[in-house]
Amino acid sequence: MNINLTIIGQAIAFFLFVVFCMKYVWPPITGALAERKKKIAEGLDAADRATRDLHLAQEKATSNLRESKLEAAAIIEQANKRASQIVDEAKEQARVEADRVKLAAQAEIEQDANRAKEALRSQVAALVVAGAEKILEASIDEKAHAQLLDKLAAEL
Amino acid sequence: MGFWAINVDTMLFSVGLGLFFIWLFRKVAITATSGVPGNTQNFIETIIEFVDDNVKSIFHYKNEIVAPLALTIFVWIFLMNTMDLIPVDWLPFLAGEMGVHFLKVVPTTDVNATAGMALSVFALILYYSVKQKGLGGFMAELSFQPLGKWLLPFNLFLEVVGLVAKPVSLALRLFGNMYAGEMIFILIALLPFWAQWILSVPWAIFHILVITLQAFIFMVLTIVYLAMAHEDH
Repeated sequence: MNINLTIIGQAIAFFLFVVFCMKYVWPPITGALAERKKKIAEGLDAADRATRDLHLAQEKATSNLRESKLEAAAIIEQANKRASQIVDEAKEQARVEADRVKLAAQAEIEQDANRAKEALRSQVAALVVAGAEKILEASIDEKAHAQLLDKLAAEL
Repeated sequence: MGFWAINVDTMLFSVGLGLFFIWLFRKVAITATSGVPGNTQNFIETIIEFVDDNVKSIFHYKNEIVAPLALTIFVWIFLMNTMDLIPVDWLPFLAGEMGVHFLKVVPTTDVNATAGMALSVFALILYYSVKQKGLGGFMAELSFQPLGKWLLPFNLFLEVVGLVAKPVSLALRLFGNMYAGEMIFILIALLPFWAQWILSVPWAIFHILVITLQAFIFMVLTIVYLAMAHEDH
């Protein structure tokens, strides 16, 4: 244990190592550490924000869904109402049309019947006259019996 | 040879280990990334954070030399102490084969090495004491405590002894521990070769604790002394 010049040499080496460490070792490494710490903090922050955003989006989605369900229900209701309305209208129209057709048919039938009666009437008159002529040939003086004949024709 | 001699073995090993420390940490510092760290960077960062935590918990002033100083002390002393775990005869035997017949492998078992660091720390203590408190303030601190100005010579004597005890205790504590440890390894090495492991293995395992602890103590005391130098009364 004898002190000699080594003590100075050691002090110089020590000094140089400390200075080098201070200039070229400590700042880059602690800088990287601090930067990583910041990055991690930012990452955690972003994750928090993302979770919050997700919650908001989910809430919005559910409310949208609920709204559209209500809307859809309203539309269906309206459509049903409209459909039944259309069916009613169609029924009404059909009934009206049917009535009209029935009336027209009845009128036609009546007309035909009248026409037939008329024709029959005129033919019967002719037949009666012809028949009577054949039976009475000579005895009937057209002039004398005209009044009778007219009466007969009017009765038919 | 007196004072002007220089212990080449101590200088060689300590500077070599110091360069290894600088090389390793500089390599990491160059490639240091704030992204995912590699294995080496992870390891170095663990050490740096350990030192940084210690400095921050003890030293509350703004001084950018203290943390790198503490790191250098811790790692360098640890590396020098670790030479203790290499079996005591190997490197001296190799040196003997090459014609060098005396080799001290562990620099911290040379009091010059520990005292050199302790004196540097002492210089920093004096420098920051004067810088923070002014020469007058520092002198007043030495003279008027703890018993007031009427017992000035007594105060001065007490405080100067206390001040000088700091580097002396730093140097001798480390030196004493490592020297004693090395001495026991040498004594164990005198046993017959088949019996050595019975003692050398437990002692080596215990020494892993000692070398780390001594490096840590030197670092913490340095930080404490510098914090005291910054403290105003």
